[in-house]
Amino acid sequence: MPTAVAAPRDAKLYKPEVPPDWCPGCGDYGVLTVLQRACGELGLPNDQLMVVSGIGCSSNLPGFFRSYGMHSLHGRSLPVATGAKIANHEMTVIACGGDGDGYGIGQGHFIHSMRRNINLTYIVMDNEIYGLTTGQTSPTSETGMKTKSTPHGNPEGQLNPMAMALAAGCGFVARGFSGDINHLKSLYTQAIQYPGFALIDVFSPCVTFNKQNTFGWFKERVYKLEEKGHDVTDWNAAMARAKEWGAQIPIGVLYKNPNPKPSIDAADPALQGTALARQTKLGLTKEQRKKLIEEYV
Amino acid sequence: MANDIVIAFGGAAGDGNASAGNILAQASARQGLHVYAYNSYQSLIRGGHSYLRIRISDKKVTNHGDQVTALVTLNQDSMNRHLSELVSGGFCIYNSDKLKAGTAPAGVQMCPFPFYEIAGNDALPVMQNTVAIGILTRMIGMDFDVLKSVFEHTFAKKPQVVEANVKAAKAGYDYAEKNFKPLANALGKTKEKLAFVTGNELLAMGAANAGCKVYCAYPMSPASGILHWMGAHGKDLGICVRQVEDEIGVINMTIGAAHMGTRAMCATSGGGFALMTEAIGMASIMETPIVAINVMRGGPSTGLPTKQEQGDLNQAIGASPGDFPRMILAPTSIPDCYRTVAESFNWAEKYQIPVILLSDLLMSEGTETVGVDWLDYEPKIDRGEMIFEYKGGPTNYYRYKDTPSGVSPRAIPGTPEHLYVSATDEHDEDGVTISDVYTDPIIRKKMVDKRARKMDALLKELPPPQIEGPADAPVTLITYGSTWGVVKEAVETLNKEGVKVNHLSIKYLVPFQEKEVTALLKGKKTVVVEMNKSGQFARHLRAEAGITVDANIRKYDGEPFEPKHVVAAVKEVLKGKTLVESQSVEPGWRTPHPPGPGVLSTSSTH
Repeated sequence: MPTAVAAPRDAKLYKPEVPPDWCPGCGDYGVLTVLQRACGELGLPNDQLMVVSGIGCSSNLPGFFRSYGMHSLHGRSLPVATGAKIANHEMTVIACGGDGDGYGIGQGHFIHSMRRNINLTYIVMDNEIYGLTTGQTSPTSETGMKTKSTPHGNPEGQLNPMAMALAAGCGFVARGFSGDINHLKSLYTQAIQYPGFALIDVFSPCVTFNKQNTFGWFKERVYKLEEKGHDVTDWNAAMARAKEWGAQIPIGVLYKNPNPKPSIDAADPALQGTALARQTKLGLTKEQRKKLIEEYV
Repeated sequence: MANDIVIAFGGAAGDGNASAGNILAQASARQGLHVYAYNSYQSLIRGGHSYLRIRISDKKVTNHGDQVTALVTLNQDSMNRHLSELVSGGFCIYNSDKLKAGTAPAGVQMCPFPFYEIAGNDALPVMQNTVAIGILTRMIGMDFDVLKSVFEHTFAKKPQVVEANVKAAKAGYDYAEKNFKPLANALGKTKEKLAFVTGNELLAMGAANAGCKVYCAYPMSPASGILHWMGAHGKDLGICVRQVEDEIGVINMTIGAAHMGTRAMCATSGGGFALMTEAIGMASIMETPIVAINVMRGGPSTGLPTKQEQGDLNQAIGASPGDFPRMILAPTSIPDCYRTVAESFNWAEKYQIPVILLSDLLMSEGTETVGVDWLDYEPKIDRGEMIFEYKGGPTNYYRYKDTPSGVSPRAIPGTPEHLYVSATDEHDEDGVTISDVYTDPIIRKKMVDKRARKMDALLKELPPPQIEGPADAPVTLITYGSTWGVVKEAVETLNKEGVKVNHLSIKYLVPFQEKEVTALLKGKKTVVVEMNKSGQFARHLRAEAGITVDANIRKYDGEPFEPKHVVAAVKEVLKGKTLVESQSVEPGWRTPHPPGPGVLSTSSTH
């Protein structure tokens, strides 16, 4: 994790040959562009970055970002990213995916990764719809929303990822909007520098399948917490803001633990020296083996 | 049979059979005696019935034997269940303050001990076990000092506990000397240096010995012993041990870690493995080397959580959608667990594939004496083609390069100038996905072929299977996994009786050594011995080698085979039977239940 700020690098350095395959106007373009700029601003070397995704439109992101990457299974970006971080704690690990990936099929890992407090940044491109499967209701779809799977309106409740993150003990909880990329960039740089699990839920509208929560819809509603004197170190205030939905929806940092406990990778006794993946002398020493056998003799 | 005895401890969960038995077994091991222990227990924390059988011999033993020489009953239920199983010349030890003697079979010595008279009125009830061990020590002719040394080792940090146990055990030992007749053939000693250890402990220790640095698991019987060992030793050995929220998380975390270049492993039982299966395919298409252990238990679903079965071969073969290379192998014994897990890492890394290691309850939770020399072994570590550093100049790196062997040099993330993205979607040599925009049947076929080709090279490297027992025997018993130890003894017994049979134990299930196996079985009457109903292993032989075996011996009642089952079944087969379904019939295995809620309850039915 970069503690000292390295010399800034050009955002273009994080752009590979393969262009994104998202629909024109998709919110995910903004998410990607800002991530490239944020990594540039922090001066992160490409080869020290591991970007891990699940499955879905937004999970194609690692293919459009120049770094090491894993495009894993649906809902599994977080355990894969956690494994990556414990194996090489010297690298910066960013997990990403959509709301269906993270809050639907991957919900169990979402809660436990925050409880576990592994030091990685998790970006959820939240469009309140399943896009790649052509428009079904998602955990963050509003109640009553008409989708292909709920043509009579979504009868189920809408999940609140911000409140869940706060309840699960996440130390850095933020929300951004793909329509405001300068604001979003500052969330990324803060999250990457935060020494623990950092969640950024980004409103990233699906222009094809979500005709309800559009760019315009969000533009009318979002307001910046930092302009309202919100205290990011106040958990109760964060919870109150997390509940806001409707006419006014806050974006910005909701909560940042001022006294974060060491993340699991920082605390694990096995991860105090050379990264596990960089250790070349494997196996037990003769003395270690002898001591282990002695337990059973 | 002279110096080969089986001692059984019967009691409820929580009575301390296991710890009592363990102390006896360790004492035996310290005399250089060979021990094999099987604990038949229930999925209960307190109560119920638990039955530990410890076989002790001055020769190597590979199973828990056919019959019981000595019985230590810690509760009345065990007396009632198991007394009839004792062989003539055997004996039963019990606390006569608490238990009533049952009717002893002919030639069986009852050894009641008045616990409070021996141990004193203020003795803790749990000390009855210690007194019983003291009696046993005398009855089997073992030196008391050896028993004492085990107490000193076990409770090294608690001298008062050592003192109390030694005192109670000595009282029992002396009481036996005065009141009971010891076994006619006392157990001797050998000079062998032996460790007494479970298969799970050896899977864990073997992984550490092979350089495993990340271990992930979710608790599940009978695999949890591996997690417990890792939990206890990870800190000292520099292994990161994670208990994860579910088995899906477990294997995905393992893959994430392995992908970065560390040796990573996970273990579970059949139900947990079912959750892992999607990710087995991910490891294969991303070419990430992992070792995933499935310690099989009775299935399907929750099935029999604490009972033995080999029912997950089909699951291992069919784990994950798609058609892709994987390796499946099975250790054949507790000591073999130690080295099989080490070789599994080599196969995984050299061929960049998921390796599924099939253990089972009997092998993983069974305990056996294993030679210290066998354990003090430095495995060869072969990591295959890996790139750890950038050596300068243009790299033009293709992570999934199409090579003649199918193996592509694997750069470890973090290495400069070797960037790539690994995807679960199909991808080209450079990692770019060909699933969405850039679909391409030519590349798809090339990449499927490349990955599949790795199995050809792997197959060529496997050590050949071998027949055990007389090569010219007309009958061959075929097994995989833990049944080796039972069938080995059954084959020896049958040959002594003049029935000529031999044994082929197959360790490598996928890829399958079709040519070698076919050659070994040519002209033989073939009999598969396996622990499931439908004959999964027999079907595998048919599928892989086109061999339809002549007969099948199967057991799926939850308790493992004993040599006598196999001996009897082979005789049935030689009389012409093509299917023998063996069963444990001793009444002691059974625990009757009260009627279910829909059943009329009458005193006559229960």
